[in-house]
Amino acid sequence: MMTTAPMIAIDHVSKIYNSNGSAVTALHDVSLDIAPGEFISLIGPSGCGKSTLMRLIGDLDQPSNGTIMVRNKTPERARLDRDYGIVFQAPVLYDWRSVQKNVELPLEVMGRAPADRHARAHAMLKLVGLQDFGDSYPWQLSGGMQQRVSIARALAFAPSILLMDEPFGALDEITRERMQAELLSIWGGAETDTTVIFVTHSIPEAVFLSDRVVVMSPRPGRIENVVTINLPRPRDIVTRESPRFFELVTEVRESLRES
Amino acid sequence: MAVSRISSAAPRLPRTTQYAFLPPVLTFLLGIGLWEAAVRLFNIPLYLLPAPSGIISTFLSQPGYLLRIGLYTFGEALAGFVVGCTLGTLLAAVCVRFRGLADGLIPFSIASNAVPIVALSPLLGVWLGATTAASKIGVVAIMTLFPTLVNVYRGLTSPHPDAFQLMRSYAARQRDIFLKLRLPASLPYLFNALKICSTLSMIGAVVAEFFGGTQNALGVYIKSQAGILRLREAWSGIVMACLLGITFYLIIVALERVFMPWHVSFRRDRP
Repeated sequence: MMTTAPMIAIDHVSKIYNSNGSAVTALHDVSLDIAPGEFISLIGPSGCGKSTLMRLIGDLDQPSNGTIMVRNKTPERARLDRDYGIVFQAPVLYDWRSVQKNVELPLEVMGRAPADRHARAHAMLKLVGLQDFGDSYPWQLSGGMQQRVSIARALAFAPSILLMDEPFGALDEITRERMQAELLSIWGGAETDTTVIFVTHSIPEAVFLSDRVVVMSPRPGRIENVVTINLPRPRDIVTRESPRFFELVTEVRESLRES
Repeated sequence: MAVSRISSAAPRLPRTTQYAFLPPVLTFLLGIGLWEAAVRLFNIPLYLLPAPSGIISTFLSQPGYLLRIGLYTFGEALAGFVVGCTLGTLLAAVCVRFRGLADGLIPFSIASNAVPIVALSPLLGVWLGATTAASKIGVVAIMTLFPTLVNVYRGLTSPHPDAFQLMRSYAARQRDIFLKLRLPASLPYLFNALKICSTLSMIGAVVAEFFGGTQNALGVYIKSQAGILRLREAWSGIVMACLLGITFYLIIVALERVFMPWHVSFRRDRP
């Protein structure tokens, strides 16, 4: 099992929202340990609390009960220490900034020197294959390219944890598969051991990317099953066509059906 | 079939934009022509409606004078515009910081659209002096403050929640959230306000001068000439007011393009 200390320790966490006077349980008694450098997918139908769990880890929201520890710190401390890079479903690029300046945004906010952030942003754009588009504006790029900028921006300050909330959900299937392969090569090529929390609706996507797939179920949101994906890395098109891949997809699908 | 339609549609786009000015110009010339014809045809007396030709020749007989008094009034409009728009913008920023203030002030500001603020002109004359420039600047400042406040406040609060979450994940300071997110996001709204206010300010200054002002002011000139039925002179003053108002508006449009070339309204198709 887990030999090293967990990167993220989620301990009996619940989240109750107050919606129009009635309490809605978005998450009920969720516990999960995530190892350093692990790629974890959260999958489940709408309302299973997968996005909520991601937001609690990232200190974008606070749990009603239970505790979350990130590198032995509270999520808030981790956020203030800039441990999180976030990629949303929409690229959320700032229209008035060029691609280069968008990637520099977190570095600016964090007070890096201009020369440093320029070089760093350029390197990140190269990593996502957009080094020739630094001077373009977001609206000049396709949806897939915009999302790559968003990933470059999230990785620009080398956060130890990457939180991705259905980042490829708005892309067409072909672009989506290409982006998944690119994400893995970026993740594998990153200088640090980045831990990834990846929220998705897509079973093949979760299986292809992850070390473990956390299957969640709704009403109330809880963890149904955790499927370990023991496919060898690096993964590519051959992985997708392997019998083991299909077995794992089936396993995740059946866990989802039981939920 | 489909292919030929696409290929013929593509180059048509620049042509339509190139000639986009034609319909309004033609409509304008047609209107002037009809006006001229109607005055001549029906022998409309001068004290009711002078012919455009007469207005133009009167205008051209004293363009320097009209421009001088016009620029005086424009100066009042500009001063009031600067005061009103600056205060409106600052108030909007304060409203973002203190949401309670916004809840009180914004509905009131929206409602003030319905208030004929020019009606305050005689009062401002009493407070600031009927013939002073200050009373005109005051009217224009009040007229332009509220539209600016409402628009800029909307702009400052316009970014998507995720854009703020992103800043939160960077542990950004309030100052950075304001300068790097709210402020640039508000620019389209600010320029929208400035465009509205540029024409409002000229209207405000001219009308405020109807309630009293110095001799070398455009509003005073229009009112006094109309009062003694020198309608060609009055109309030539109106023409000058229009020219200045339109020029002011176009200057704002030009500044808009300089300050936010990234904005959606200036975009061409994807390359």
